[in-house]
Amino acid sequence: MSAVLTARDLTRHYAISRGLFKPNAHVQALNGVSFELQAGKTLAVVGESGCGKSTLARALTLIEEPSSGSLQIAGQEVAGANKAQRKQLRRDVQMVFQNPYASLNPRQKVGDQLGEPLLINTSLSRLERREKVQAMMQQVGLRPEHYQRYPHMFSGGQRQRIALARAMMLQPKVLVADEPTSALDVSIQAQVLNLFMDLQEEFNTGYVFISHNLSVVRHVADDVLVMYLGRPVEMGPSEQIYQRPLHPYTQALLSATPTIHPDPSKPKIKISGELPNPLSPPSGCAFHQRCPHANERCQAEQPALRLLDARQVACHHVEWINS
Amino acid sequence: MSLLDIKNLSVRFGDVTAVPVVDGLDLSVAKGEVLAIVGESGSGKSVTMMALMGLIDAPGIVSADSLQFDGTDMLRLKGRQRRHIVGKDLSMIFQDPMTSLNPSFTVGYQIEEVLHQHMGLKGQAARQRALQLLDRVEIPAAASRLNAYPHQLSGGMSQRVAIAMAIAAEPKLLIADEPTTALDVTIQAQIMELLVGLQREQDMGLVLITHDLAVVAETAQRVCVMYAGQAVEIGHVPQLFDAPTHPYTEALLKAIPEHSQGQRRLTTLPGIVPGRYDRPQGCLLSPRCPYVQARCHQQRPPLDAHERGAARCFYPLNLTAEVA
Repeated sequence: MSAVLTARDLTRHYAISRGLFKPNAHVQALNGVSFELQAGKTLAVVGESGCGKSTLARALTLIEEPSSGSLQIAGQEVAGANKAQRKQLRRDVQMVFQNPYASLNPRQKVGDQLGEPLLINTSLSRLERREKVQAMMQQVGLRPEHYQRYPHMFSGGQRQRIALARAMMLQPKVLVADEPTSALDVSIQAQVLNLFMDLQEEFNTGYVFISHNLSVVRHVADDVLVMYLGRPVEMGPSEQIYQRPLHPYTQALLSATPTIHPDPSKPKIKISGELPNPLSPPSGCAFHQRCPHANERCQAEQPALRLLDARQVACHHVEWINS
Repeated sequence: MSLLDIKNLSVRFGDVTAVPVVDGLDLSVAKGEVLAIVGESGSGKSVTMMALMGLIDAPGIVSADSLQFDGTDMLRLKGRQRRHIVGKDLSMIFQDPMTSLNPSFTVGYQIEEVLHQHMGLKGQAARQRALQLLDRVEIPAAASRLNAYPHQLSGGMSQRVAIAMAIAAEPKLLIADEPTTALDVTIQAQIMELLVGLQREQDMGLVLITHDLAVVAETAQRVCVMYAGQAVEIGHVPQLFDAPTHPYTEALLKAIPEHSQGQRRLTTLPGIVPGRYDRPQGCLLSPRCPYVQARCHQQRPPLDAHERGAARCFYPLNLTAEVA
């Protein structure tokens, strides 16, 4: 099995202008993210808003250049790639966005939108393109007559199917999905998630699935990457993390997620406060102000990712918290 | 006697022949009770509560046999009389805290306005009370936040301010319309705990409108499940979650990923909610229902009471005794 996506120490900083005479401020939106994604597997990225999930998605899809670190797509290094190689790389990574109402062109027929990736990237004839589009439409559960329709004639769930079909047209090696079901109702969400799983089986695509909904993530993910304020705090196999989260932030996140059958014997872990301002991140561990286990060391020293129990955790006190 | 008693409420947009958005809804909330209204988008959850507060404008038509709130028939009130009740005894929290606060006024001013209108407080007294309220909703450094504008607050903070405004006049019934949908899970947990705490402390009725069944399971005492404008099941927590009696409730529960742990595929309800032009003649769920019978296609089932609540189904599930 080969990795379709390899990230090493991916970092993205933004300079924020504070006016003419002041030096720029820097936001470390993404800091030292490393992972490997295998073909046909799903890596889920979870965390609260502002934790760098979407910045990661933009870096992975080559929308933005990372400030430092390396990114390999299907074995090809992104940084040194020439124009032709970059074009191929862009074919290999596709994206599905959160809001299907905004991600489809309202003035273009669905069939044309689905055919556009083929028009740009392949030399197929008009008829061949049409055939491929209709095959894909059938695969995602759209009817042939939908070819001639405009996006406004579809419901949210159907639009997300169209967006997914468009992303899969070129059979990418990697699909980055940024909160693909958070705008949908539960019953529609289930239909779309099933479609995601079916397509993955069919095309053996690697998914990077970004979400804040932990119960959805548990269902789709093979591996989970938990982020806090631009940094990875815990990463490992999904089932292990859900069974026994090690980092206090992961524990709090899982405990805060409401469930259908609440267990009164398990008290909720409460964390107070909100995500700190990324312009002036706290010293030491970014989570120490909200962490119930924090002490002086957490204030002073930033914890590095350590290998523990088949996963990586960034916390000074993992051992005694979980003993 | 219940605090809120809705009988046969219908809301239409257009003329009387238009398809109702809310269709013959009966609902009651007792003092100190937490009732959740659950349903997918377009099922009529929010419109029901807007009708109660008199927020439906032309071409909307609201009709009901009775819309009793705390002994007053809200349907027959004049605008001025209604404004004495809405915002005081009956108040509401909306989904998006960023848009429900006025961006041009400070947070303190907006809370004081409620105190002035409904409690007759002015000047220092109003300021003091506003400060207490911000403290009560657990806003850190409350004194300095009084002069903050909404854009200076985070989503969670804004929602706390909206809650402070809603409870400022000590309402008897608080309606929370998707209060945590726009928030992160850790903040959602904080806000839900705050709402339930306030509800217990002031013995308010709380109507929680949401599409998140897990939130309901953790907070509500009673649930009303809505589908295409109708109440399809009314039941108690946790019985409704353990053994739903309406096929739609069952399908909703099954569609949650938590339910299918370890399985590759989720159980789904095929199709979508019927729209204006494809409303079936019989039971509204009949085109999607896995248990459908011939009778379901011809007749609309009534909302029948059974041993654990009520279900709008000819063939309710998980019951010991046969009803129909």
